[in-house]
Amino acid sequence: MLTLTGATVRFGARAVLDAVDLEVADHEIVCVLGPSGSGKSTLLRAVAGLQALDGGRVLLDGADQTGVPVHRRGVGLMFQDHQLFPQRDVAGNVAFGLRMHGVGTAERGARVEELLDLVGLPGAGRRAVSSLSGGEQQRVALARALAPRPRLLMLDEPLGQLDRGLRERLVTELRRLFRQLGTTVLAVTHDQGEAFALADRVVVMNDGRIAQSGTPLDVWRSPASAFVARFLGFDNIVPATVTGAAADTVWGKVPVPDGSPQGERLLLIRPAGVRVTAAGEGLGCHVAARTFRGGHVAVTLRPAEGPLLEAEFPLRDAPEAGAEVDVEFRAEDVVVLDGEDA
Amino acid sequence: MVLPVGFFAVFFAWPVVSIVERGLRPDGRWELGGFGETLTRPEILDVLWFTLWQALASTALTLLVALPGAYVFARFDFPGKRVLRAVVTVPFVLPTVMVGTAFLALVGRRGLLDAWWGVRLDTSVWAILLAHVFFNYAVVVRTVGGLWAQLDPRQEEAARVLGASRFRAWRTVTLPALAPSVAAAALMVFLFTASSFGIVQILGGPAYSTLETEIYRQTADRLQLSTAAVLTMVQFVAVGVILAVHARTVRRRETALRLVAAERTARRPRGAGQWALLGGVLLSVALLILAPLGVLVERSFATPDGYGLDYYRALQEVGDNGTFLVPMTDTIVNSLEYALAATAVAVTVGGLAAAALTRRAGRLVRGFDALLMLPLGVSAVTVGFGFLITLDEPPLDLRASWILVPLAQALVGVPFVVRIMLPVLRAVDERLREAAAVLGASPWRAWREVDLPLVRRALLVAAGFAFAVSLGEFGATVFIARPDNPTLPVAVARLLGRPGELNYGQAMALSTILMVVCAVSLLLLERLRTDRTSGEF
Repeated sequence: MLTLTGATVRFGARAVLDAVDLEVADHEIVCVLGPSGSGKSTLLRAVAGLQALDGGRVLLDGADQTGVPVHRRGVGLMFQDHQLFPQRDVAGNVAFGLRMHGVGTAERGARVEELLDLVGLPGAGRRAVSSLSGGEQQRVALARALAPRPRLLMLDEPLGQLDRGLRERLVTELRRLFRQLGTTVLAVTHDQGEAFALADRVVVMNDGRIAQSGTPLDVWRSPASAFVARFLGFDNIVPATVTGAAADTVWGKVPVPDGSPQGERLLLIRPAGVRVTAAGEGLGCHVAARTFRGGHVAVTLRPAEGPLLEAEFPLRDAPEAGAEVDVEFRAEDVVVLDGEDA
Repeated sequence: MVLPVGFFAVFFAWPVVSIVERGLRPDGRWELGGFGETLTRPEILDVLWFTLWQALASTALTLLVALPGAYVFARFDFPGKRVLRAVVTVPFVLPTVMVGTAFLALVGRRGLLDAWWGVRLDTSVWAILLAHVFFNYAVVVRTVGGLWAQLDPRQEEAARVLGASRFRAWRTVTLPALAPSVAAAALMVFLFTASSFGIVQILGGPAYSTLETEIYRQTADRLQLSTAAVLTMVQFVAVGVILAVHARTVRRRETALRLVAAERTARRPRGAGQWALLGGVLLSVALLILAPLGVLVERSFATPDGYGLDYYRALQEVGDNGTFLVPMTDTIVNSLEYALAATAVAVTVGGLAAAALTRRAGRLVRGFDALLMLPLGVSAVTVGFGFLITLDEPPLDLRASWILVPLAQALVGVPFVVRIMLPVLRAVDERLREAAAVLGASPWRAWREVDLPLVRRALLVAAGFAFAVSLGEFGATVFIARPDNPTLPVAVARLLGRPGELNYGQAMALSTILMVVCAVSLLLLERLRTDRTSGEF
């Protein structure tokens, strides 16, 4: 469906997209995940033709899109802040793309009704866009983008401005909808929860490059680099020397899963893999802070040596702040990072 | 971009440059010695000094009277506010000749004060200053009040919560936010009053002369082109400096301010102090703005044998004293036709210029932006006379063409069109166009579907302003309008220049008609105007 080869965009000397290669298959939902400024919005704009490439190519269904103007690419783009046309009502917004493609009045009306039903706003056609809530605007923007049946639908931070509860509900709705319609989707977001819930495949971007690509589970389980691990919220990363099934670190010997890469590496220990053990048997730590998180307790530990250690404990056996505890590590929650960066 | 630049080159730069050249190089040789000689003549120095101090005094007085007005219109909610806001704007679009006439009717010979108390202020500087306040009140209320209404009151509240007194909060939070717009308004008022022609011509009499009226006198009465050219150069430089400073302050004003919808900031006045302030402002509006307009209307009906329509009836006949060759009613039709043609030209040229300015950025474009404002300050008299001497020979022989008058009038209309259109065009989010493009709209279609509906109102407002200022243009028109086809302001000025009860009454009647046309078009615009379209005027 969509192929990017060596796509490069420079703003001045800085490469916002740095030789990006990306494939999106038919009916696939791909989510590009990255911090702000990582080039993910530029990626969408380049595919839509709103941003000219300084190098590389964009292919849609195998056809090179160089020189094809925006309005002839047949892709849909939902903007970050929706960009609904303020002077048109809801139906006018949804019908806009159909009018541009010369769809007749009767068919247009039917299609608008159908789409408003689909996004859960039946009969809202006559409402002014200024009277819509954030969630409703988002639905209208989605209906507008879907109306001309784009071969590829792109979403720029689709749920970014909505509150949390609404976001969680909408993301499942969206996934169901895209599955049902068989839409090919390329979305970008900075929110990992959103990406993991929506996507078949997640692409993590950093500084204009792709840092990792894989299923949500793969990415979560085995971040490819320290950047990806930190971006996903993991802070327990230390240099280590891996030999066989154990690694030497500043926190002592840490067991690693079978088949881990060997040698000088970076080691990630998930907070859930830190467990309290009998006094004198593990790494001695002072409990620096304790934060109640609902299902579990997040604890910050200060070992005698090395950086602070983040741990997660079940409610009942979490140590109090100020206590001295000994901890050990579980091999299945330890990841030896493949990447070269520190 | 090409059309507006070409328009300005041919119809502004060329006439002005060639008249200056004619003045400074009478027989193929530059005579720059005229500069020193002219600028040291005592009567010229008097003119320069008077121009400067009356403009400063007018500006100070206008700010003094209009700033409380700006506050009241921005922050208070009271019945009739919309109508009153339109009413205070009427003077600004009124022809300067008419403003002069209105004040003459109030404070001049046979005026209201003369009749009641025998007080005459015409040929005194007070009449000029008051007329300038009358004329420019709206500039301050619109520029400063417009911004004031949109300043978020919560900023001041935040300062109060942090321990600032009411006055301190205003001084440290609101005043700095307003200062650039006050400065911008003051500069505009200074520019308008320094180059004021019609008002000084009518109210000043022979005793008072500004740069602009002196240029007219030197050119038209004495044919002293070299003196006029020197004065034009002086004025040109001064206007250039003022506009440069203005552009800077406006840019500073555009720096991020927290703006909110104007409706949300207005409150009913509370407490004796606020009611007194509102009352004071309303009283000053009544005395300064409504009274002159009212007296003008009254005078137009007051015939020697009681109230009647005699003067209006007389307008339909060809005067027996040989002042005019056509009935005055023809003049009205004539004026409207000219103004419509001028509006079409101004909207086309100004609209294209604004569109070009929106799409591009940089030093060159900013320079062009300032250039577009020049006709507001540069002597209309020079432009008018320049038209006569440049556009009378091939390739462009327009001397005999009726289009000459609308072209000169359009020149003063263009700056208003640009000022009104620019903020609106800039406010159209580029991404709305992108959204249309992604949905399959070609660039032209996207403009038609996205930009046009958003700017349609602004375009109408701009056209209305261009129409009103074209209708009232006097300085250039007085030169180029042919005797058999005068415009309303020119006819009023000529009538006032002749003795006799009938001529005076006819001038009042014509002015009333002119005022009604301007006021009606403005009130229509006020209905169209929304906050989205609030430009500078």
